[in-house]
Amino acid sequence: MAIKDKLSGNEAIAVAMRQIDPDVVAAFPITPSTEVPQYFSQFVANGQVHTEFVAVESEHSAMSACIGAEAAGARTMTATSSQGLALMWEMLYIAASLRLPIVMSVINRALSGPINIHNDHSDSMGARDSGWIQLYCENNQEAYDNLIQAIRIAEHKDVQLPVMVCYDGFITSHAVENIELLEDEKVKAFIGEYKPEHYLLDRDNPISMGPLDMPAYYFEHKRAQAEAMKNAKKVILEVAQEFEKLTGRKYGYFEEYRMEDAEVALVIMNSTAGTAKFVVNQLREQGIKAGLIKMRVFRPFPFEELGKALSHVKAVAIMDKAESFSTAGGPLFTEVRSAMLDYARDTRAISYIYGLGGRDVRTDEILSVYNDLLEIIRTGQIKSTFNYLGVRE
Amino acid sequence: MTKERKMNVREDMSWKEFPQGGHIVDAGNAEDFKTGDWRSMRPVWLPDKCKQCLLCWPVCPDMAIPVENGKRKDFDFNHCKGCGICVEVCPFKAIDFVEEE
Repeated sequence: MAIKDKLSGNEAIAVAMRQIDPDVVAAFPITPSTEVPQYFSQFVANGQVHTEFVAVESEHSAMSACIGAEAAGARTMTATSSQGLALMWEMLYIAASLRLPIVMSVINRALSGPINIHNDHSDSMGARDSGWIQLYCENNQEAYDNLIQAIRIAEHKDVQLPVMVCYDGFITSHAVENIELLEDEKVKAFIGEYKPEHYLLDRDNPISMGPLDMPAYYFEHKRAQAEAMKNAKKVILEVAQEFEKLTGRKYGYFEEYRMEDAEVALVIMNSTAGTAKFVVNQLREQGIKAGLIKMRVFRPFPFEELGKALSHVKAVAIMDKAESFSTAGGPLFTEVRSAMLDYARDTRAISYIYGLGGRDVRTDEILSVYNDLLEIIRTGQIKSTFNYLGVRE
Repeated sequence: MTKERKMNVREDMSWKEFPQGGHIVDAGNAEDFKTGDWRSMRPVWLPDKCKQCLLCWPVCPDMAIPVENGKRKDFDFNHCKGCGICVEVCPFKAIDFVEEE
């Protein structure tokens, strides 16, 4: 019987971490992720977990300590946001290449500058090529569910990669919503015991990690890392199926909302998907065939599946809450459109960059995007491929 | 001569064969890789001046000074990087330091 509660996103993540009871947590406070290590350190102080909590002096040190702990053979977790993630940058790549299944919550916040503490996705989007698996969450329930699944995905023997669980700063992290929690023992049984194959504290099998890799070997190691990411695609679905049996909540690479017969659609991430679903419902009441796709898994990228999901749609707007300064759309746009070239050639696609630095995204603005798509279908003309939503022109 | 190990890492191996994450699963496998070829300075052991005090042996950051039966032998130039620490530490000036040709 599930436990009904009401928690903020950060509270939900801290509760999930208490239930996971990792061996080590090393973290440094940064808005809006601060509450995660704060709440968790209370669990440590109360003796509710057996975790070694390492209070470090920076995020670079936090990720370094996580790498050391995970390499030693400890199940390790952390959390960060924005500049904190940026300061971890070089260590992110090392965690992934050493194949260390660290699980980290990234509470999405705009990167400086200008300095800003509010939500957009520039932090985790910037880390998209670091070799970490990335899961994105619409609300506190998804954050909780994804964090528990992330442990299983990361530690799977065919994957052995770190995972970021990303959710929107303040909007999801600080807003209190209803949530269904699992019992502690069910989480414990679901994640199982951590049994790494290679770890530094294995006295009987001494190994070295992170040696210099010259041109004769580096490429092969990167190729093997890419294969692990490919394996993650299968494992993510297997773990989701098992999680569904436990909770009744269904997860895949992305959520298709009213997409069966949709003619116009958005591809969107995190909390704004909730706002957009409200608009989809309004449009459906008027007989307009609107739908949306909400990305859950951005790394690995569901190239074929997403491309095919858009094949029957007439026009799609791909929504980026991050600017890539390519002058050719945001990171989600370029990757989705690349998949569409193979699987949804007849679907028209336009890019919107929206909500930067925590700019509110209102339903009337989302509605204007659907109206732009309907206009493209009616006229057959795209007036502008690269667009901004909600900026003062 | 490469020793028999749990995994002999070779340049003709496929990416599928390597240990995960580039881990070294055999202690001391650096012996299999000749890393002395980027040396620009070369230590020259002068046995006539050498008193076999062995102060050079522990300061070598590699293991390029082989010792047998309590006595050092000539350098292992497959692994000596030419850092010159042994030259500095020798109390008897029994190690010369010359440009590598």
